[in-house]
Amino acid sequence: MNDEPAIRADSPEPVPALDARGLDADPAASRELPVLAAVGLTKHFPVGGVGGRGAVVHAVDDVDLELYAGQVLALVGESGSGKSTVARLLSRLYVQTGGQVLLHGAPVTAARGRAFRAYCLSAQMIFQDPFASLNPVHRVRYVLTRALRIHHHRLRGADLEAALRGLLERVQLNPERFIDCFPHELSGGQRQRVAIARALAADPEVLLADEPISMLDVSIRIGILNLLKDLRDRLGIAILYITHDIASARYFADRTFVMYAGRIVETGDSESVTQRPAHPYTQLLVRSAPDPEYLGVQRETGAGGEPPNMVRPPAGCRFHPRCPFAAEACRVLTPVLMPIGGGREVACWGYATRDAGGVDNRPSGLALPNLGAAAAAVHPVDPSEVSQ
Amino acid sequence: MTLPMIGAPAARTTGSPVLEIRNLVVDYGYGDDRVRALRGVDLTLHEGEVLGLAGESGCGKSTLVYAATRLLPPPGLISGGQVLYYPGDGAEPVDIIRQPERELRAARWRDIAIVFQGAMNSLNPVFRIGRQLTDTIAAHRPEWSRTELDGRARELLTMVGISPERVRSYPHQLSGGMRQRVMIAMALALEPRVLIMDEPTTALDVVMQRQIVEQIVELRERLGFSVIFITHDVSLLIEIADRIAIMYAGEIVEDASADEVYRRPRHPYSRGLLRSFPPLHGPRRELEGIPGAPPDFRHLPTGCPFAPRCRYAFEPCRELDPGLGETRFVESGRRVACHLHDQRADLVPAELAVRG
Ligand SMILES: Nc1ncnc2c1ncn2[C@@H]1O[C@H](COP(=O)(O)OP(=O)(O)OP(=O)(O)O)[C@@H](O)[C@H]1O
Ligand SMILES: Nc1ncnc2c1ncn2[C@@H]1O[C@H](COP(=O)(O)OP(=O)(O)OP(=O)(O)O)[C@@H](O)[C@H]1O
Ligand code: SF4
Ligand SMILES: [Mg+2]
Ligand SMILES: [Mg+2]
Repeated sequence: MNDEPAIRADSPEPVPALDARGLDADPAASRELPVLAAVGLTKHFPVGGVGGRGAVVHAVDDVDLELYAGQVLALVGESGSGKSTVARLLSRLYVQTGGQVLLHGAPVTAARGRAFRAYCLSAQMIFQDPFASLNPVHRVRYVLTRALRIHHHRLRGADLEAALRGLLERVQLNPERFIDCFPHELSGGQRQRVAIARALAADPEVLLADEPISMLDVSIRIGILNLLKDLRDRLGIAILYITHDIASARYFADRTFVMYAGRIVETGDSESVTQRPAHPYTQLLVRSAPDPEYLGVQRETGAGGEPPNMVRPPAGCRFHPRCPFAAEACRVLTPVLMPIGGGREVACWGYATRDAGGVDNRPSGLALPNLGAAAAAVHPVDPSEVSQ
Repeated sequence: MTLPMIGAPAARTTGSPVLEIRNLVVDYGYGDDRVRALRGVDLTLHEGEVLGLAGESGCGKSTLVYAATRLLPPPGLISGGQVLYYPGDGAEPVDIIRQPERELRAARWRDIAIVFQGAMNSLNPVFRIGRQLTDTIAAHRPEWSRTELDGRARELLTMVGISPERVRSYPHQLSGGMRQRVMIAMALALEPRVLIMDEPTTALDVVMQRQIVEQIVELRERLGFSVIFITHDVSLLIEIADRIAIMYAGEIVEDASADEVYRRPRHPYSRGLLRSFPPLHGPRRELEGIPGAPPDFRHLPTGCPFAPRCRYAFEPCRELDPGLGETRFVESGRRVACHLHDQRADLVPAELAVRG
């Protein structure tokens, strides 16, 4: 047990690094084809203004991710780390600078035409602000009818009524009460439900939910998450869930990916990532999150440093200026995601020396960081560690 | 009255009152359009205490602190109540509500300083940070020289963890977290006895939020001021506050030590709020949130305002608004507004009756 992060030495019950979820979430999933995938996805925004000639914001760099039917993937990370940009690239609101988006394994290329329209229907976006995303002059009936007709042009009369009813019931709104309401007559939670119903009208295979609850009242957030969970389970929809709130990722997502400065730095099943974060940035994130169990306990989070400059991101590991473990290799070479077993991956040189389940691309001649007690266990566990 | 702090660290003791809000009533608008946003609030802030104010959006948290400092924007109107400020050194308290405007203006920032909701976006974009700090100080310390003012500005920035050279930066050159710290530095410029912060970290990243919260806790320990900290994030409050007041629909429904609110909530709404946050650690539990929607102030039900969303509501709840009173278990320093705690009620449900 020496190898656990020292973050919760007082944790009452050790969390098994390979719990049931961890085991079946990944290998089972990898047997089937992802509904939607990003491969090496990159987005650079040109910087405008004086002296900005040729400079770009490295919003997203070399991101790989896969969304599977009936699974939720959470994307967490610092403000400005590129989470929304990833969602917008997947939904084709932005065109990528590099890399590919694959729908059922086939690259999505056309920027218009039938194939593109079909694509847009299969991946629907849900935005943070339900107040801004619904037009105030239209009743719920109009909003949903229009969304339904994009898909089923000829929907009329009783069929239309039944479809509208079905949509509202799926988001747990009483059709009689809500169908003729204007957005301003709805509470925030009800509006977000209507926005979700609108997305469902297209029978999407994927929902891209960008902070769908962060503007909502605390008391109604869980209701929306439970609704999305229900859609995942009953309709088998794949969901990308973007959030700042790592506790809600643990509650709601099967897998969690952590972004820092445009790159994915850690992946794995949500329980492992939140309970035994491996990357130093994820560790900082978990330590910083409010946790009432710490009541009265003084703790040094080491929460320090400033967000990186995204126009000239730090060389090597982009986290190195803030990382307490940074060594020579971190300042020079960019760490790629390295498997640490149990379906988890970490982009940190601190895990490069671990042979068991680790990688053999150790940079020669450069000093590697030593995470010591903060390092997450690598599986399969090195026998010498177990014996301690 | 001092509160026994069960389980709270020794450093967090509470002294005598600094600010005592009594039966405060606030309305927005006049005549038929009038909305009663505060319906008789009683709340006391003690010396050296961090008092947390939590509740859903629109429940009246901002209204309460702006009314208590007479900074309520129109059409807000204080319709009743008192706000007593105790100057310390045993002097008679002053009623801020009835204080003449001139005295009030002199006292503001010196005695009580506020960091407004969304304040970090209110820095003037065309002036350097240093200039904005020195202007604030100069308004209250006209006798100070340029050098003294500049020195103090640098000292204040250092105090909130920003390098003093940043006096030369413009607001857009700072991150959101740094701008928020500048606002805190500005509020602390005159060493107030009371610091009120309205959602000081809500727009920030959790790592930045943590940095700022640690800073505030450290400064409070060093300078000894009292804090009113407003947020909708109860889990954050439980960590940093000594005492928490939970608001619902313009009233305080529970007022107890942070530890007690967390481990033994007595009001069904407090419990619902706590159960709305998924825990980051410990066992994964089912979460229910709170059914229904936040209340509409124009159409509040008679009786307990929470009754329509409360799973425990029984007859009296729909008739009589329960006032803030002792809990059924007569715990000192705790108050709750719920009929379940009336001695005549049969039973408090087990989950709201946790003892020991
Ligand atoms: N349209 C755009 N033009 C230029 N830069 C952009 C644009 N959109 C985003 N960026 C920049 O790209 C980076 C990533 O932004 P993005 O909105 O994806 O972050 P995020 O992780 O969603 O942040 P948040 O948590 O604050 O929503 C930021 O530095 C941002 O300033
Ligand atoms: N200018 C105004 N005119 C009319 N009603 C108002 C006005 N300002 C606030 N209110 C009402 O007073 C109530 C309390 O508002 P207040 O801003 O104090 O809430 P809050 O608890 O601070 O909410 P939040 O968490 O969203 O900041 C709300 O229901 C609001 O609708
Ligand atoms: S140890 Fe090195 S590679 Fe790992 S996070 Fe720190 S700086 Fe990056
Ligand atoms: Mg975003
Ligand atoms: Mg407010």
